Amino acid sequence: MQLITCPWCGPREENEFRYGGQAGLEYPADPAALDDEQWARFVFFRDNPEGAFAERWCHDAGCRRWLRAVRDTRTYVFAETRPYGSFPRRSARPERSA
Amino acid sequence: MTSTVPPGAALPEHPDFLWRTPEPKKTYDVVIVGGGGHGLATAHYLAQKHGITNVAVLERGWLAGGNMARNTTLIRSNYLWDESAAIYEHSLKLWEGLEDDLGYPILFSQRGVLNLAHTEQDVRDSVRRVEANRLNGIDAEWLGPDEVAKICPIVNVSDDIRYPVQGATYQPRAGIAKHDYVAWGFARRADAAGIDIIQNCQVTDFVVDGDRVTGVRTTRGDIGCGTVALCAAGHTSVLLDRLGVRTPLQSHPLQALVSELLEPVHPTIVMSNAVHVYVSQAHKGELVMGAGVDGYNGYGRRGAFGVIERQMAAAVELFPVFARAHLLRSWAGIVDVTPDASPIVGHTPYENVLVNAGWGTGGFKATPGIGWAFADTVAHGRPHPLVAPFALERFVTGALVDEHGAAGVAH
Repeated sequence: MQLITCPWCGPREENEFRYGGQAGLEYPADPAALDDEQWARFVFFRDNPEGAFAERWCHDAGCRRWLRAVRDTRTYVFAETRPYGSFPRRSARPERSA
Repeated sequence: MTSTVPPGAALPEHPDFLWRTPEPKKTYDVVIVGGGGHGLATAHYLAQKHGITNVAVLERGWLAGGNMARNTTLIRSNYLWDESAAIYEHSLKLWEGLEDDLGYPILFSQRGVLNLAHTEQDVRDSVRRVEANRLNGIDAEWLGPDEVAKICPIVNVSDDIRYPVQGATYQPRAGIAKHDYVAWGFARRADAAGIDIIQNCQVTDFVVDGDRVTGVRTTRGDIGCGTVALCAAGHTSVLLDRLGVRTPLQSHPLQALVSELLEPVHPTIVMSNAVHVYVSQAHKGELVMGAGVDGYNGYGRRGAFGVIERQMAAAVELFPVFARAHLLRSWAGIVDVTPDASPIVGHTPYENVLVNAGWGTGGFKATPGIGWAFADTVAHGRPHPLVAPFALERFVTGALVDEHGAAGVAH
């Protein structure tokens, strides 16, 4: 079983972690403006690359905190793990008008 | 168990070569991407039912060496919703006549499947599914623990285990088949009809002209095409990414394993969603077991040992007699999982690219059924009624076919 380096706890066995899928998804800034097609994209559609993938993992059986990883989906090797939120957001959320 | 014939002795001899090894032609009316069960079955029915034989099946590795060689060969049709029951029952009916149709042994053995219930909620869901199956004309029964023990005496139905067996659904017509022979049978018939089966030919990209694909780029050169029929399972989204077509598919490793050869001890198929294992005994005598997918996306054709460990714990609790069996080998296939545990079949934004994917953990049982319906869809350029409910558009309309309960394993 491979070890995953939790940014807080250090290297721990893979089965202490829960997979959280693709990282960097933003909740829609203006949910009411989305049509069905856009909602479908947000709810159901995810990247599924063969190669490097930016992902969320949660250290369920440890500190229970989320981390962000880059992992190769062919070799399963983790290139990096970082605390979630330490990455710049992909797109800044627009200010909500009053 | 009193038989004097050793297990496996009645199996047919290994076959001679069953298909040609042609060079790819410049162009085909239909290019099927993926030489697994679904691709080969589609090819067979295109020739047999529709007279379309200017067809190539392109396989990136060896014939039926992907998920077709990596599944647990379970065949059943006891799905909850009408849409699923229709396609899987159609498939089961084809399985029942497949040996004659292909003129080739596939060792189809209708030994029945027990889907165990371990909690009150399991019981309610199971009884509901039995009733739904009956309304769809599918054989289904609800059995109590004593009746389960009569059908499969090695199941531990005592009430002092962690998740006691509260009963089971039973589909007597369910069964297993020899997966390699199924693939070879389809390949042999497709080849005899003039269809080119081209191995070691990986599709790497597409030649696009407006909203049509005019050819596929492969490791053996460009091949022109009238229609492209994708049957690439776990690699479907990798191919569709080349066309900029997004699908809600996620590829996961799904592991399975076999024991050493044992005397016949297991007369049926037993599945348990709650403790997460499914077991049958192959004709030769191996116990064949599977569990859920590994949780993460992966294309590595291997998974984590923790999944096997949990599945073995469940198996030994349900079948104490397995405790001394040895694991012979384990492996993983790459399954394409959808949000509602139902397949995606039909049109894409490219008018001549049709997709058959998303069968997740349950594609083997569908092999003849989807080959038949997908061939019809390809031949007529419109979704056959059996596959129409499984169009990609359902994720926008919300008309999902939620089969997480009946699909059998965690997605």
